[in-house]
Amino acid sequence: MPLIDIHDVRKNFGALEVLKGVSIDVEKGDVVAIIGRSGSGKSTLLRCVNGLETYDSGVISVEGVRVHDQEDKLRELRRKVGMVFQQFNLFPHLTAGENVMLAPKVVNGLSRAEVRELAQASLARVGLAEKFGSYPSQLSGGQQQRVAIARALSMQPKVLLCDEITSALDPELVNEVLKVVESLARDGMTLILVTHEMRFARDVGSKLVFMHQGRVHEEGMPRQLFAKPVTPELAQFIQAIH
Amino acid sequence: MNYQLQFAELLPYWDVILKGLWFTIWLTVVSTTAGIALGTAGASARTWGPKWMDNLVGAYVELIRNTPFIVQLFFVFFGLPSLGIKLSETQAAILALVINLGAYSTEIIRAGIEAVPRGHVEAGLSLAMSRMQILRHVVLKQAFMKVYPALCSQIIIVMLGSSVVSQISAEELTFAGNFVQSRSFRAFEIYFVVAFLYLALAVSVRALLRAIGHYAFPRP
Amino acid sequence: MSDFTFWTILSNLLLSARWTVLLSLIAFVSGGTVGLLLLFLRVSKRPWLSWPVKLYIEFFQGTPLLLQLFICFFGFSLIGVEVSAWVAAWIALTLFTSAFLAEIWRGCVESIPKGQWEASASLAMSFVERMRHVILPQAARIAVAPTVGFSVQVVKGTALASIIGFVEVTKAGTMLNNATFRPFLVFSLVALIYFALCYPLSWFSKRLERKFNAAH
Repeated sequence: MPLIDIHDVRKNFGALEVLKGVSIDVEKGDVVAIIGRSGSGKSTLLRCVNGLETYDSGVISVEGVRVHDQEDKLRELRRKVGMVFQQFNLFPHLTAGENVMLAPKVVNGLSRAEVRELAQASLARVGLAEKFGSYPSQLSGGQQQRVAIARALSMQPKVLLCDEITSALDPELVNEVLKVVESLARDGMTLILVTHEMRFARDVGSKLVFMHQGRVHEEGMPRQLFAKPVTPELAQFIQAIH
Repeated sequence: MNYQLQFAELLPYWDVILKGLWFTIWLTVVSTTAGIALGTAGASARTWGPKWMDNLVGAYVELIRNTPFIVQLFFVFFGLPSLGIKLSETQAAILALVINLGAYSTEIIRAGIEAVPRGHVEAGLSLAMSRMQILRHVVLKQAFMKVYPALCSQIIIVMLGSSVVSQISAEELTFAGNFVQSRSFRAFEIYFVVAFLYLALAVSVRALLRAIGHYAFPRP
Repeated sequence: MSDFTFWTILSNLLLSARWTVLLSLIAFVSGGTVGLLLLFLRVSKRPWLSWPVKLYIEFFQGTPLLLQLFICFFGFSLIGVEVSAWVAAWIALTLFTSAFLAEIWRGCVESIPKGQWEASASLAMSFVERMRHVILPQAARIAVAPTVGFSVQVVKGTALASIIGFVEVTKAGTMLNNATFRPFLVFSLVALIYFALCYPLSWFSKRLERKFNAAH
């Protein structure tokens, strides 16, 4: 059974049909890169997986459990599915360490000492152990995003969703974040990334999904798709990016 | 003009004035604490509660903001007993002050809550935090930081407004002023002194609140 | 005790409300006029003009309105002038209003970009001309919403005039309460009357604010 099963998902925003029957399987350990133009529905799909958006028909299940819109079921889901955002969304009134410590303490009820240890380990994992006591405003964009990754990891999720996590970064800061994601992938973390970083998708991704106008247009091994796009839309997209 | 200002004649009453001053400070502290707690609850209800709660609290806010405090005070002190609720002057004063500040601070804090970016709430949700937890750990602290100056202004306004409770014989500073006036007949002098005491209070409280702000909300 | 019917009470209150409205209007207009003058002084570059006004504003914003009414009322008898509660209330409210409006308007004036001052100065306009033809017209647009918002405070302020003896709707309410011993009814009606006066002003002010923000 796949870790995440997305089956024939549809969603409307009023009169606009944003997802027109999307189906994707994600196995444990997969690194799924979702690419496509803006408006293709990729971020919306990602946000449906952890319940930040609702979907109108079809099924999304994580570890066999359907993604529901009931609050308590959603909370259970979100313990297993973490998310990193384009705008980082770090809590500005807390230090990096406190950002990472908050959820495990409040949601999982761990003691102060336990969460502190966990947080220090998480921040070390992303290469920012020494920034434990710094506030987000004192960190660069790349550092903030790495803290955001550490924060998502602190809940020890089974899957990490990354919603264009490098799109808001200055170019020279993108690499440090991608390196962290790459090391997570090497350690076997299941990842679903909506991204514009084509090189990353080709080199690190185990599966590429090209979305176009609310549908999965092409799906397969990244190197293959980049080398030999089947549909003209993907060919055009690759052209435009390069 | 054959009138001479005689401030010296007020001196025998310094203890009355001091008592009144102290009572005003006490009233302010008590009603501020309860009023802001009420405002926090109101703001949370308005932004995160069901629609009917938003409307109910909204009606309360509009009612308080569009009627004079003295009328609210009279309603509490004179009107409630006819429903069987008997209150002392102090109790009525505090209740009226709390209801009043509660309405204003609901709106102030609500503005703060609405200013917290939606992304932070989503981050909290994605970390499996409940709405209450997000409100408490992520939203409220940021909201308070943002609206702290406005809240402080409102506290000063309420403190000055507390002079009105003298009208139901609550023994605060203005009441003390009335007392001294009726004994010494030095109306202008005593009210002048009392006014300046309020001014001194306002300046001190503002400075104190600013210091508390620096301590409670350290900015890197 | 109760040959006062509901309608007697209501009509009594409504008649007294006339005075509330009248005092509010007059105090607002005179307060605005004085406030405008104070505004000119406050934004002047000459400290000996702006500082006294700053202190004046600090005084009226830092002391209770009730005490300002008392001081005004008793202050006149000090210099031997007999004033009615009406006049004392009007003067006190005028001074109170002038201080707050001057401060509100100062905020609006200061939000006008410095470039406007510099441009009009380089056109050889005097300070008064600059204010009149360039700054104030622009500031006035921003000022309308908060000014209307403050009018609500003036209406509510007239309620305190009852304490120095001015018979407006709150005083009428107190007297009716003493006569009928029906405080719940009387003060509910008084509150309703104030609400009917103030809520439209509040609503209008909010609408103006939204309109102004939308224009941005």
